[in-house]
Amino acid sequence: MSIEFLVATAIGALTAGGIYLCLRARTFPVVLGLAMLSYAINLFLFAMGRLVVGKPPIYAKGVAVYTDPLPQALVLTAIVISFGMTALALVLALRTFLETGTDQVDGTPDPDLLDRENRT
Amino acid sequence: MHLILLALLPFLGAGWLALSPRASRDVHAGIAVAHVVAALGLLIFIAPGVLGGAPDALRLPWVPALGLDLSLRLDGLGLLFAALILGIGLLIVIYARFYLSPRDPMGKFLSLLLLFQGAMLGISLSGNILLLLVFWELTSLSSFLLIGFRSDTADGRQGARMALAVTGGGGLALIGGLLMLGHIAGSYELADVLLRGDIVRASPLYPAALLLILLGCFTKSAQFPFHFWLPHAMAAPTPVSAYLHSATMVKAGVFLLARLWPVLSGSDWWFYLVGTTGLVTMVVGAAIALFKNDLKAILAYSTVSQLGLMTMLFGFGTPAAALAGIFHLLNHSLFKAALFMNAGIVDHEAGTRDIRLLGGLARLMPITTALGTIAAASMAGLPPFGGFLSKEMMLEETVHTAWLGTHWFVPALAVIGAALSVGYSLRFIVHLYFGPRRDSYPAAPHDPPLGLWAPSAVLVALTLLVGLFPAVLTGWLVVPAAADITGGTASGFHPALWHGVTPALVMSVTAVAAGVVLLWRYAPLLRAWAALPLFEAKPVFQAGIERLVRAARWLSDTVHDGSLQRQLALLFLLAVAIGVEGIWYGGYSAGTRELLPAPPIAIIAWSLLMAATAAVALVPRQRFVTLIYISVIGLVVSLAFIHLSAPDLALTQISVETVTILLLLLALNLLPKQPVQLSSNPERVRNLVLGVAGGVTSGLAAWAVMTREPRNPISSFHWANSYSGGGGTNVVNVTLVDFRAFDTFGEIIVLGIAALTIFALLQPAARGVSGQRLRAWIADLPRSPERHPMMFAVAARLLLPLALMVGLYVFLRGHNAPGGGFIAGLIVSIALLMQYMASGFEWADQRRQIDEHALIGFGVIIAALTGVGSLVFGAPLFTSAFGYVSWPIVGKFELATAMLFDIGVALAVIGAVMLALAELSHIAQRAQKEPVEDDGPMDIDPAKLRGARP
Repeated sequence: MSIEFLVATAIGALTAGGIYLCLRARTFPVVLGLAMLSYAINLFLFAMGRLVVGKPPIYAKGVAVYTDPLPQALVLTAIVISFGMTALALVLALRTFLETGTDQVDGTPDPDLLDRENRT
Repeated sequence: MHLILLALLPFLGAGWLALSPRASRDVHAGIAVAHVVAALGLLIFIAPGVLGGAPDALRLPWVPALGLDLSLRLDGLGLLFAALILGIGLLIVIYARFYLSPRDPMGKFLSLLLLFQGAMLGISLSGNILLLLVFWELTSLSSFLLIGFRSDTADGRQGARMALAVTGGGGLALIGGLLMLGHIAGSYELADVLLRGDIVRASPLYPAALLLILLGCFTKSAQFPFHFWLPHAMAAPTPVSAYLHSATMVKAGVFLLARLWPVLSGSDWWFYLVGTTGLVTMVVGAAIALFKNDLKAILAYSTVSQLGLMTMLFGFGTPAAALAGIFHLLNHSLFKAALFMNAGIVDHEAGTRDIRLLGGLARLMPITTALGTIAAASMAGLPPFGGFLSKEMMLEETVHTAWLGTHWFVPALAVIGAALSVGYSLRFIVHLYFGPRRDSYPAAPHDPPLGLWAPSAVLVALTLLVGLFPAVLTGWLVVPAAADITGGTASGFHPALWHGVTPALVMSVTAVAAGVVLLWRYAPLLRAWAALPLFEAKPVFQAGIERLVRAARWLSDTVHDGSLQRQLALLFLLAVAIGVEGIWYGGYSAGTRELLPAPPIAIIAWSLLMAATAAVALVPRQRFVTLIYISVIGLVVSLAFIHLSAPDLALTQISVETVTILLLLLALNLLPKQPVQLSSNPERVRNLVLGVAGGVTSGLAAWAVMTREPRNPISSFHWANSYSGGGGTNVVNVTLVDFRAFDTFGEIIVLGIAALTIFALLQPAARGVSGQRLRAWIADLPRSPERHPMMFAVAARLLLPLALMVGLYVFLRGHNAPGGGFIAGLIVSIALLMQYMASGFEWADQRRQIDEHALIGFGVIIAALTGVGSLVFGAPLFTSAFGYVSWPIVGKFELATAMLFDIGVALAVIGAVMLALAELSHIAQRAQKEPVEDDGPMDIDPAKLRGARP
């Protein structure tokens, strides 16, 4: 088994899980799904520079074999930005829940909410 | 340089007026007059050179990649048009000062008027057809604001919308047409395009480009069948009509026809499209004008007709006709602006514009009557006024024009059009000023103050003088303009009141006689006209717009039905379809790159990741537990980065992981923890299918790339120049702070915006409905009796200086070893967040010295200043400089401006992360209702120990 295979399958699994979670009806899984998709996409972008073991992009004279630094730089900011995105999506979900009393986002009425309103 | 100042003056005036809304009406008028006079003076200063045959030009690169330059050019044609715009503009400003009522915001009105003037001037000065487009669109927008100036009336709003829809739509066509023209000609510079007429007319794209450009011109100049917007634009205050709808905006289309005449004319396409449209418009517009009752509507349809006349003349494609067209453009501007002002005076002083309620004003308003009569006589084409001369020239040209082989068709229609013009002009004179005096008018008519009639008097005097001394007065302006259109081939300009008995004179006399008959038999004609099955354009237009709105609403409601899932599913489906399509048509094969063998530890980590992924996705009931699985994924990803030569990424990932989990925990505290199972089985199957399809395609794509050798990645440049150019050996960091610093700069701004949005979302959450829910919130999880566990609090405080030290260390070494601003910022944030967690929000927040907003702001400002600083030294934006200094003990140490930039990055990251988490924990804290009086951070409440489990 090669590392490439492991990374490719991991990207596939994370993408599949991310999509599946994003399509759920409640906000919290959607946020988790976004986070998982970010892992998958960051790994994918990183893999575009090919996988290299033990040759970090630290410049030294005479070193000719190194891993591609550019995807790393791009992914580094992408990781930080995905944090910003996850945080924003999460806070949106929280505020929506506080404002509407439901965390359901598939356009149908929330049975939990109806239940609670009937009781009060 | 003069040209730039000339182009800017109206905009400067508009800006000044817009910024001083409180000044008095006279100050406003003074500012406007000063700017227009200055521009006019500048124009007169430049004019001699231009008229001497040396066009003034100026060219500054703007977007060279698009062929768009700030290219200004003033030739004879531009000068004529600019003189009309500024000259009549000056009179209009004075007129408007006395016309507008004290209730009307004078500053706003004049500001918009000057904005429009600047746009028009820009059209006449543009030396680049893309720049011309920019100004063209600006006239549409500013005229929308002017027509809709009385936005409290439905007519004003609808008229403005209609004008914008028609002229704006034409503008879109014009964009396409001019882009095609530039493409064919190989340049967007007007001077180049004008020389390449033969290439353009020979191109197979010529008919399409011509059609699109003509759509733009015809909509702007209200040519049939797009004429309907102009009468509705009469809802504008009269100064606007006098300016936009007589002398300037509607002439822009005709001006563009003249401007592009050397390139586009001279083909059958041009002759039949432009000539015929003009001819039809001339007759139709004049016919409608004859039967309208609103003074401004009569003038509006008359303008449509006269614009048709000019369009027709340019459409003939002969130099003599173009000369006549230019001459009539000048004459029409003079008499039509005067007539609009006159109609405004009547409206102002007699209280109505309905010609049926007026008449007999000659005794009551003698000055107005005299001015209006002369201007209308010029419009009718009666001698000895300017309008007569250009109408004669027009009739003369029609005699020489064959249409589909017939020689009588164009002259006959021209005579009909001229007769109708005589008819409506005479009706304007006779029914308005003469005839019996009425017993009562809506207001008592009297002549207006000097300020209202003087501007039109200037124009009327000019139209009379032009009629008497045409060659002397206008030759110097008209001949160079015509020469610019026709490349100097225009035949001699010999306008005179008497040429002997020519065909044109016979036609003219016929037309006048017929016009008199039309007025004489007006009543039966009106009955016949009323019986015609004509339709109103406005209801049709309104219905069309309503249908469009309904269709758009239906479409968005159908696509966007309130379900996030549906939209996301469509999005994912599209993405997967694109991937599948690529594999389907492109084929799929793995490459032959040598693969890396996976050590057992990697396989174990991979298994953990796969299991955790499956667990998050498939065991959703326990939300807190899923957070643990998520963090397992994050850890494995960081480990993978370490193993695969990406230490910077590993550091970033693991710190972001920590912060993300904290954030999720805080939010989940307030969100439902165990939802009822909701998704139905078919839905879950759909989601599973989409998810698996997305996973398989992305995995396959990644596999295909990873098994191939890279092909000359651009990063070899980064590698080679990192140390010598950027002064750092950590190529990733140098890329972030130097090579791609501008990207990084954008990213910290995005991060800051995200944090501020979070702040904006959570700040008001304590009010309103969500505030009620927060207060009613009941802790639904068992709580630890130790609000702030002593061990944790002590450890966190001890660790704080250490963690800050680590952050500083990681920051300082970042340029040469794994680390840098992003990572250091995250580490410092985590160190601070630990205090919040260990000792509580209040305790930590009281000890916070710096506001997070300020941190974000300072971070972005520092980064920006560093970037801009390099400009001071003549280097491109975000160039870094570096040097080495020897410090005692520390030894040789590098100082780089990139480090300053990195400080900005770190501050912005700290600010953003802290702001997001602090706001979230603040909200959570507001929801707590437990007493906080004995809330020392190391305090244990023994009472809670007993009743811990609710």
